Amino acid sequence: MRVAGKGLVDRSTTVSFRFDGQSLAGHPGDTLASALLANGVKLVGRSFKYHRPRGILTAGSEEPNALVEVLEGNQQTPNVRATVQEIFEGLTAQSQNRWPSLRHDLLSVNDLAAPFLSAGFYYKTFMWPRAFWEKLYEPAIRRAAGLGRLSGRHDGAVYEKAWAHCDLLVIGSGPTGLMAALTAARAGADVILADEDARMGGRLLAETGQVGGQSGPDWVAGVLAELAALPNVRLMTRTTVTGAYDDGTFGALERVGLHLAPQADLPRECFWRIVARRTVLAAGALERPIAFRNNDRPGIMLAGAIRSFLNRYGVAAGQRVTLFANSDAARQTARDLQAAGIPVAGVIDPRPDASPSEEFPVYAGAEVIDTAGRLALSEITIRHKGSVTRIETDLLGLSGGWNPTLHLTCHMNGRPIWSPEIAAFVPAPNAVPGLIPAGSAAGVFSTARCLADGVAAARRALAGIGQRAPDVPVPEAEDGSYELQPLWAVPGKGRAWLDFANDVTVKDVRLSVQENFRSVEHMKRYTTQGMAPDQGKNSNVAALAVLADATGRGIPETGTTTFRPPFSPVSIAAMGAGGRAAGFAPQRFLTSDQASRDRGAPMIEAGLWYRPGYFPRPGETTWRESCDREVAMVRSTVGVTDVSTLGKIDIQGADAARFLDLVYTNTFSTLPVGRVRYGLMLREDGMVLDDGTTARLDEHHFLMTTTTAAAGQVMRHLDFVQQAFCAAWDVRTISVTETWAQFAVAGPLARRLLSGFLETPAGLPFMGCAAVRLGGVAARLFRISFSGEEGYEIAVPARYGEALFRDLVARAETLGGGAYGMEALNVLRIEKGFITHAEIHGRVTAFDIGLDRMVSPAKDCIGKAASRRPGLTGPEREQLVGLRSKSGAAITAGAHLFTPGDAVGRETGQGYVTSVGFSPTLGAWLALGFLKNGRARIGETVRLVDHLRGIDVLCEVADPVFHDREGVKLRA
Amino acid sequence: MRYSGLKVITEGLFGNTGWRPAWRDPAPKPEYDVIIIGGGGHGLSTAYYLAKNHGLTNIAVLEKGWIGSGNIGRNTTIVRANYFLPGNSEFYSHSLKLWEGLEADLNYNVMHSQRGLINLFHSDGQRDAFARRGNAMINQGDDAILLDREGVREHLPYLDFEQTRFPVYGGLLHPRGGSARHDAVAWGYARGADRRGVDLIQNCEVTGIDIEDGAVRGVQTTRGAIRARKVGIIVAGRSGQVAAMAGMRLPVESHILQAFVTEGLKPVINHVVSFGMGHFYISQSDKGGLVFGGDLDFYASYASRGNLPMVEHVMEAGMTLMPMIGRAKVLRSWGGIMDMTPDGSPIIDRTHIDGLFIDCGWNYGGFKAVPASGWCMAHLMATGQPHEVARRFRLDRFATGHLLDEEGTGSQHNLH
Amino acid sequence: MRIPCPLCGPRDRREFYYYGAEDYLHRPAPDAPPEAWDAYLHLRDNPAGITRDLWYHETGCTAWLLVTRNTVTHEILEVALVAGRTAPKPARGRRAAP
Repeated sequence: MRVAGKGLVDRSTTVSFRFDGQSLAGHPGDTLASALLANGVKLVGRSFKYHRPRGILTAGSEEPNALVEVLEGNQQTPNVRATVQEIFEGLTAQSQNRWPSLRHDLLSVNDLAAPFLSAGFYYKTFMWPRAFWEKLYEPAIRRAAGLGRLSGRHDGAVYEKAWAHCDLLVIGSGPTGLMAALTAARAGADVILADEDARMGGRLLAETGQVGGQSGPDWVAGVLAELAALPNVRLMTRTTVTGAYDDGTFGALERVGLHLAPQADLPRECFWRIVARRTVLAAGALERPIAFRNNDRPGIMLAGAIRSFLNRYGVAAGQRVTLFANSDAARQTARDLQAAGIPVAGVIDPRPDASPSEEFPVYAGAEVIDTAGRLALSEITIRHKGSVTRIETDLLGLSGGWNPTLHLTCHMNGRPIWSPEIAAFVPAPNAVPGLIPAGSAAGVFSTARCLADGVAAARRALAGIGQRAPDVPVPEAEDGSYELQPLWAVPGKGRAWLDFANDVTVKDVRLSVQENFRSVEHMKRYTTQGMAPDQGKNSNVAALAVLADATGRGIPETGTTTFRPPFSPVSIAAMGAGGRAAGFAPQRFLTSDQASRDRGAPMIEAGLWYRPGYFPRPGETTWRESCDREVAMVRSTVGVTDVSTLGKIDIQGADAARFLDLVYTNTFSTLPVGRVRYGLMLREDGMVLDDGTTARLDEHHFLMTTTTAAAGQVMRHLDFVQQAFCAAWDVRTISVTETWAQFAVAGPLARRLLSGFLETPAGLPFMGCAAVRLGGVAARLFRISFSGEEGYEIAVPARYGEALFRDLVARAETLGGGAYGMEALNVLRIEKGFITHAEIHGRVTAFDIGLDRMVSPAKDCIGKAASRRPGLTGPEREQLVGLRSKSGAAITAGAHLFTPGDAVGRETGQGYVTSVGFSPTLGAWLALGFLKNGRARIGETVRLVDHLRGIDVLCEVADPVFHDREGVKLRA
Repeated sequence: MRYSGLKVITEGLFGNTGWRPAWRDPAPKPEYDVIIIGGGGHGLSTAYYLAKNHGLTNIAVLEKGWIGSGNIGRNTTIVRANYFLPGNSEFYSHSLKLWEGLEADLNYNVMHSQRGLINLFHSDGQRDAFARRGNAMINQGDDAILLDREGVREHLPYLDFEQTRFPVYGGLLHPRGGSARHDAVAWGYARGADRRGVDLIQNCEVTGIDIEDGAVRGVQTTRGAIRARKVGIIVAGRSGQVAAMAGMRLPVESHILQAFVTEGLKPVINHVVSFGMGHFYISQSDKGGLVFGGDLDFYASYASRGNLPMVEHVMEAGMTLMPMIGRAKVLRSWGGIMDMTPDGSPIIDRTHIDGLFIDCGWNYGGFKAVPASGWCMAHLMATGQPHEVARRFRLDRFATGHLLDEEGTGSQHNLH
Repeated sequence: MRIPCPLCGPRDRREFYYYGAEDYLHRPAPDAPPEAWDAYLHLRDNPAGITRDLWYHETGCTAWLLVTRNTVTHEILEVALVAGRTAPKPARGRRAAP
């Protein structure tokens, strides 16, 4: 019910929204919770385990009960806090974790079965018969568990990520945060003030006390106006700082569009990375409930939340109010209600010496011991002066004191410290480097002292980075004392809730102690205390106190569980913004990409690159037809393919050759200018890192090529070797992979194609290179081949790549050739026994691939020493071989090899297949693979078994080079 | 006390007052036959199998903090036997078989759920590598099914098959793969070991290892000296520090692995899904939280917490693969300390000190290994001989080159 | 985590590639005994505390860096260029500016 003259919502405008199908109205500035309460809706959810009816406990993001699903078209967002969700025209929300309806939930039967569902009961049962776990018990448990539902549809909404940097980050905009921001802002520091609420001001928006002679909200407005006018201040509302990370980095979630009807171009959320030189944590404090029998009914609410709803939203959450509180401060709730004309039926104060003088009944030394009301609170039972009394009430306010909101100070393993003065944990000093907790977050519990602490914290923070801040005058405000008598749980029978969200009761904690789960972490895990969506914000300290009591230890000795990021839950979509669809990884496109697509080539992923699979021609219906034709084309006429994805590293300097001798197993210092050499590179552990060709362009100038897959790794490796071991040498390296577009022209007619094209015809020998010109452009020509045919690779500056590719393909076509793709390239190299990273997969040595003679005995090289380990050579090693299907039946990569006649099993395995292709040249299925002692077994028959694809074929072991073993065609 | 459904009901009827402690809290004795340093999953299972399989009962497990406080208390709970290198295959196969009988053996519901694990692949080359793996699994006697794209769609219709950066080519389904309730595994083994007479001693940090004439004689602890002729070091991420007490330098570097859980949701993911291109894996716990993780933070650390770059990377991987999880909210993140070896495979071996044994190097795959690791370590400590399925987990294999490098990434600890 | 690159200033962790412990700088002689190579490639002090390790400013200046830092707190104490390194300096014991 709204209260006339109260609240900050805009009563002149009405906003309609729906909850569980019912159309309701509220005002701008309302949360879903305040609007529901204004409409008299008290039952909002069902609890996790017992499906107990639940209402609204808090007025903030810590809400454990009032979690709802928000519906938008065919999407829905589960577990939305009604206390955070602002209403907007058309907002549609529904309750969750109930069936068939919120009022009539079949699983509330669990509440009756509670004696059998005590903490950890599931560890003790559901074990027999064994097969029933997956089939019966687990599915039933899974369906009953969980809270809200996802839609199951792709989330196509917009999310963003952003960076911000500042001198001072102020977290929280209550009295402490505002004064801290003001102090730093006036000093000229770059300030970010972030608050999770839609409106800044913190508790000042929810209290009736004056600040500097003004109402709280008016004073807040004045400060915000000054801050907003300063260019060095960024005010971030609806922004929750969610995590503290190293070196002043914070994660923060901004709810950008969640308070508005969905708009296509407006992000729902933005995840910020804020880098702050210093931080003031002014996040305030959270009020805590008290445990007693049936303390979880709708209509039982934190005392401070009642004030929030009354003073900020103008909503009376009940008509006949009671209060159960152990401090003077909480009385303010009753006073505010009384002043607003809401009858207060009684204040139950457990302190025997509590002041009884109020305008409403005060029961000093009393306790609430039970409540009644199935779907909403109707009465409470109190024990007072030895007698038991019932009081009719529809709203019970609870206050067991306040806990500083210190969660961020735990994110870097800081352990909070118990403060007996306020019976709460306070932040450990320097728990997060550069972060100063201030105000209530540091256990300072009066408005006046918070205001002053904000100034002091900002000055301290700025001093730490060498900036002086003026001493900002502190306005006058409430400075009451905070005296409470700790009361965690009222003794008695029945279930008294600690963790409302996970249905953990005092009994559960005591049972965990009975079963010797006495460490705080054991208790937490055994009972699930604090593991629900509110992460124990409402209950951890009380649960700890109950544990301490049950074990006879003090609270400080019992210790606390830690808080880990995020402070409040963050959507995967927000932290994963940008990752959707193709955004997950960079896309690298060849200069010939469009030209290949124009020819109908399917582009396939090769690492981050896209490369053409094949170039279909009319009449070809399968990739194999195109591939076979392209292979035959290269073998008989001429083919063109883009090889620009290969890594290219430019290496220069007087010691460049010496450097190459160190990183390659073989020698490059003897390579003549104008020549190219194949090189093998090892990791320092002796395994093959990569292979490729390196050309000597000039005396002190080399161009290395790497495989596509290892380009980045090789660059990193060269930089390491150069900087770590030969920093004094005259050698420099740089990646030029994207600087040059490079095309292979291969086949018997390759020379003819080029000779009509190059302005400087080059009669290059095999493994020669030269600077050439074509079309007025300086280019590089290499006579190298990955196909086994006479082959050239021609490189031009990348901007000419597309034009050159189109030209080369057109010229090839006039000779009966054309473009070829990855599929044909793969078959061509298998026919020639050329390896790729399918073979050099990181467990392979030079010995394994038959290249141990390339490891020069005359010099050191990276990896040489480790490659001599005894386990890395010998007949037990699997060695590279060729395989040819004997029957002509298809074979597969990933199959395993066995000796015919042996049983098939792990123990009898002889090797495996790495690459397979159908060779149109030889009319046979060919493979490369690794076989134990393989080089000695050429000519033998092995059995190839692929269980997964039902293949069991005999193969002949062959030399890996099937085609033109003598290399006649290469050297033609 | 035997647990059963009937017992839950009778206790419930009488106020649950009859439940007895799951384990005792004994004071340390001056001497034991065997001391296990480390009360995590591997240490507890070792103690359990020493008692159960080898009849040793005069055993102490010394735990610095509380039982199960290490990586078994913080992981993504995946149980699988999908390794392909001989040496690993037989070990994890053995472990999975133990998992399948674990509830009956321990009389504790560890909620082992064989809901199926799918490893996705995204290129022909990855398909071939997974085919090799799947065939190795079948050679070993385990199960594997190669799914094509449509096969994956039948199991995981919610993946983004149309737009994702790395299109799904198919997947390797391991039907017997799944998950379990991690804490319950620690507690089940702890309770089982305690019932067989093993002393579980919590809040007892080992501060020194006593060695005389090349043989171990006992340990120094924060609760006094304790003698034993056999000592096992089973301390995961802390292996380097404890081994240093015996003068050893290990082939181990400790790294952070972060993991994440969302708020509870009604069932939406019914498998364990692994997305290699994004280093992302996910399942849904029985409580309803999506449990997921990614790769290491990649820098050596003992901080048990991570940083945002990997957090964001993991979330981005989730969004490209299965954007239907976008509106699930991450409730909690945590970081474990992983004992990374230079080939990604573990060590279960004796040391150069007589009577001192070590079980470490589980990288980030230690959870599923808990049963077999304990089984094999117990065998080694009791008999002096390596167990058949763990014989290749030698400490000297890096020196000799008899490596077990499933990833093929070589002697860089953080790449496995 | 932010690493103060001597050439580029403080940069976010995601610009860097991590290799491993400083040990990788101390490459044994080619004819050193196998134990030396085993130690170089595999064995690590793996301290819980101050360590020196190798980072590569891969998406920055491509310098390899020798970083002195604390593995328990993640505090970064000193950053030096691998290429310009002399004898390791004692840690200064103050947190690098973020």
